[in-house]
Parts: sequence; structure tokens; C-alpha cells
Amino acid sequence: MQGTPTETATRHLAETSRWKPLEFAFWLVAFGAIWLLPSHHLILNEIIITALFAMSLDLILGYAGIASLGHAAFFGFGAYFAGIFAIRVIGDPLTGLVLATLASGALGFITSFLVLRGVDLARLMVTLGVALVLGEIANKMTWLTGGADGLQGVVMGPVLGLFEFDLYGRTAYVYSLVVTFLLFLIARRIVVSPFGLSLRTIRDNPLRARAIGIPVNRRLIAVYTLAAAYAGAAGALLAQTTQFVSLDVIALHRSADVLLMLVIGGTGYLYGGFAGAIVFKVLQDVISNWTPQYWTFWIGLILVILVLIGRERMNHQVAVLWARLRGKPEPRPRTIVGGH
Amino acid sequence: MSAALETVGLQKRFGGIVATDDVSFRLEPGARHALIGPNGAGKTTFVNLLTGVLQPSAGTIRLHGEDISAMAPERRVKRGLVRTFQINQLFAGMTPLETLGVAVSERMGHGYEFWRPAGSKSVVIDEIVEIATRFKLADVLEERTASLPYGKQRLLEIALAFACQPRVLLLDEPAAGVPEAERHDLLATVAALPRDVSVLLIEHDMDLVFSFAERISVLVNGALFTEGTVSEIANDPRVRAVYLGESLDG
Repeated sequence: MQGTPTETATRHLAETSRWKPLEFAFWLVAFGAIWLLPSHHLILNEIIITALFAMSLDLILGYAGIASLGHAAFFGFGAYFAGIFAIRVIGDPLTGLVLATLASGALGFITSFLVLRGVDLARLMVTLGVALVLGEIANKMTWLTGGADGLQGVVMGPVLGLFEFDLYGRTAYVYSLVVTFLLFLIARRIVVSPFGLSLRTIRDNPLRARAIGIPVNRRLIAVYTLAAAYAGAAGALLAQTTQFVSLDVIALHRSADVLLMLVIGGTGYLYGGFAGAIVFKVLQDVISNWTPQYWTFWIGLILVILVLIGRERMNHQVAVLWARLRGKPEPRPRTIVGGH
Repeated sequence: MSAALETVGLQKRFGGIVATDDVSFRLEPGARHALIGPNGAGKTTFVNLLTGVLQPSAGTIRLHGEDISAMAPERRVKRGLVRTFQINQLFAGMTPLETLGVAVSERMGHGYEFWRPAGSKSVVIDEIVEIATRFKLADVLEERTASLPYGKQRLLEIALAFACQPRVLLLDEPAAGVPEAERHDLLATVAALPRDVSVLLIEHDMDLVFSFAERISVLVNGALFTEGTVSEIANDPRVRAVYLGESLDG
């Protein structure tokens, strides 16, 4: 059924915001894991937190084209904020989470003005610099952060006053999963809105975006603030569920790892962070069990192969194969979107 | 009646080089005006000054009487000064539907609406379809921009500017690189632009200039060389010497 052009257009636009079957499947599995994988809750908790962190980077990289090598600044800030808040003020997880998220967003808002200056390489350096500065501050302010020894003595109260954190990570996983799911729902709604579409124009061509009247800088500030808040939430979840914060949360490798996960999982569709985090963490787990010293060798090799072959091309091969199996016409090759 | 677009003593220096040299120019309301000049005459710099990509070293720019010299590019667009680009500046990963949708909803002030799916406002959709029909893009609305034929991309380039509801439209070599077969569509579309839009055409292609424009300004070495009706310019021996002669010989 074709219908009028208006109906067709409406249908096509509605399609982009509609939930796909795979998405339902993904969240079903994620929630199903609460009951199906009880002995893996600790690693699942770590994965879902990392995925939330990666999704926050996708918001700026995949949707607005801002490459960052210092996104752990916000993750680390959120983690320290939540940890210190629990020690010094109150151990209620939700209060700490909300405040850490808002505080990280505020930090993102302030630093966004630095990121607006310059493009790709300059941005990489500025974001890296901000993370290095914050990392050193955390290192030196031993009285507050515990410095190199880490933040000791974080004791969390029960979630909603009902669910105590347990040794097996069950409460931790459920808590992190629910928070991540809610934040995902919000992000998913945002990226298909007129605001989200305008971000994509900035990613594809900032010059033209400005030339059709889009206030590019203000949009970038808005999404950078949002992404920082999300990263801070992920950091807060890690601090609260592990009840410990070390300098590791803000280290350069954490910023690099999360970028790597997005390269593995793909940018600009929100699930890239989840796919990347799962692949990355599972590989890390499997390979380091098999050969503890050399796991970075393998992840490095995988990265090189991925970038050289190009994920778009691999996705296309998979799509062709899938179409052939189902006897449908082959999809047309897609060029790499926005150069990521 | 104030000019649609006017510059007074507009100047732009890059170090010792004067790229725009004391240009005072008037674009009348509803005009079909062409700006021509040999390569390196400063046409692009002039357009960049008008749109706010570059800041002038001296002089003022007025849009319908309002001084816009220091205004940010996106605010000039909201005031109705819109341009197209000589080299397509499109959003490769998006469809024409999304591209036009962004421009229309931005213009209507929906750009910050983050809690409503795009495409849920029928006013926006109606307008997208109307523009797409006008620019012969209705049949490719749902395809990725990067995979469109060049001629269609060129039409989208102009349609996108049109979606911003310009009062003054700057067309920067709209026919550049368009194959002969698709040229007709493009020229017809440009000629059919509504009369309440004042158009400044920056062009190399003399056929297009003579068929479209009513007045012509000639820019040479950053300065306004002469201005007149189409026949005046076509018969001006000095213009032939600096510009037409050059293109006839070469």
C-alpha cells in the first residue's frame, strides 16, 4: 500500500522511532539474566555500567560527531562524587546517584565551552587534557579522595530502603540495569526527536547545519552536558555497587577503552555501546583466563582488523548473507556514515 | 523602499590582501540579480561576508534595512538570508525527508523539542512534501542522500535553502557540475522560484546568467567593476575585456 506522499513520509519518519523486535529481545535477555545467570551478576553489573558509559560517549560521538579521549573525566567525577557523598552525607543510593548525575552534567556544561573550540584533533587533546587535570586533582586531594589508595569506607544503604547490596551482586545488577534502562529510554526518545535530528546534521556537516539556521554551538553544549551527566551516572553506579573508588575510574585507559568499545559496536544507534561493552568485557574475561598476560595483544589485533576491514563492510556482508538465506533481494552497500 | 540586501563600503582584508574592496551593493526586493566575475574576483569571500561566515574588516550589511554586520550566521538565516553552496553541503547519512524536516522544524522553532518524535507534526510533513514536490524530490524522499544521483543532490541543495523560507536567497553556482540532461530540471526550478524571494545568483555559466538575471554586477579584484541590465553588461566592451573576453578565448 503506497498512499499519498504525506502518508508515506509520516510512516517513514515514524518508523525510525518505532521499536524493532531485536531491541525488545535485547532488553528481555538483559532482564532475564537476573534470573537466568545468577552466578554472573558481578560481571553483568560491570558490563551494564560500562555499556551505559559507552552509550554516553555515543551520544556525543555518534550523534554529534564530537570525538573525546577524556570521557572518563565525567565517569570518574560521578564515581568520586557518589563515593564521597555516601561517606560524608548519606548512604542512600538514589539520592547519591541523582546528585552525582547532576553534578557531572554541570561539569560537562562548564567544560563544553572548551570543546567547542577547534575540531577533531583539538577536541581530542582538550578532552584528554581535562581528564588528565581532573585525574591529577583526584590524586593530590588525598584527604578527600584517598589518592592512590583509593576511596575507602563507602557504605551504601539499601536501594529504596528495601534492597541491601549483597555479595553476589544481584541487587547491584538489578539496580544498575534498571537505571541504565531508564536512561536508555530517555536517550532513545531524545535521539529521534527534532533536537536529535538536528544533532545528526551537525555530525554530518556543521557548516551546512549553521547555514540552515541551527545554533550549532548551543546544540553541542546541550548534548555534551547530557552525555557528561550520563557518564557521571555510570560512574556513580560503579562507585555505589562496588563500594570503592580508585584513580582507575578516571584513568586515560578508561577513556580509550570506551572509545574502543564504540568502534567495536558501532556509533550512532545507541546499541553500539552495549554491543561493544559486551564483546569487550567477555573477550577480556575469556582471553585473560586463557592467557592472562597477553589479553591486550588480542584486543589490539581485533581493533586493527575491525578498522582495516571496516565494520560497515562487515555489516554489509552479514546483511547480504542474511538476505540470501531468507531469499530476499540483496541490500545496497552503505557508505560509512559521517566518517566514523 | 529599503533594499532587500545592501552593503555599504564592505571590505575584507586577509593580511595585506584585500579580498573585498569597498563594495557598495544593492539587491532590490524581488530582484533576479547575478554576480559575475573572473576566478579569484572575490565572489566567494563576498558571499561569506554576507552570510556571516567571515567578519568584515569594515563596512555594513543591511537586510531589509536592518544592520546584520555582526550577527551570527544562524541568526541571519532566521532573518531570511539563506544561501546554497557551490559544492554540495548536505547531510550524507540522512534522507532528504529528514534533511528537509530538520530545516522546516528548525525554522518553526521546534529545534529544542527533545521529547517528541520527529515527524509527529503534520504541518511539518505537509511542508516537506510540498517542497519535495516543487523540487522534484518526492520520489527519493526516503533514500539516503549519499546514494542520490548528483542532479538530485543539487536539487536538494537548493530545496534545503528554500525550506528555510528565504527572503533573500544566495545561489552559489547552482548548476556547477550538473550534467546536461539534469540541467533543464534545475534551471526550470530556479526560474520558478516565487517572486517574493529576492535572488542573488553567483555564477560562471553565462547561459544561466543571461536567461535568469535581470541585472548583473561584475566583481573584479574584490571591487565592484560595473553594474547594469543584462544587455548593458553583455555589450560593455570593458566587461568583455576582463571577463567575457577571457571566457570566450579560454
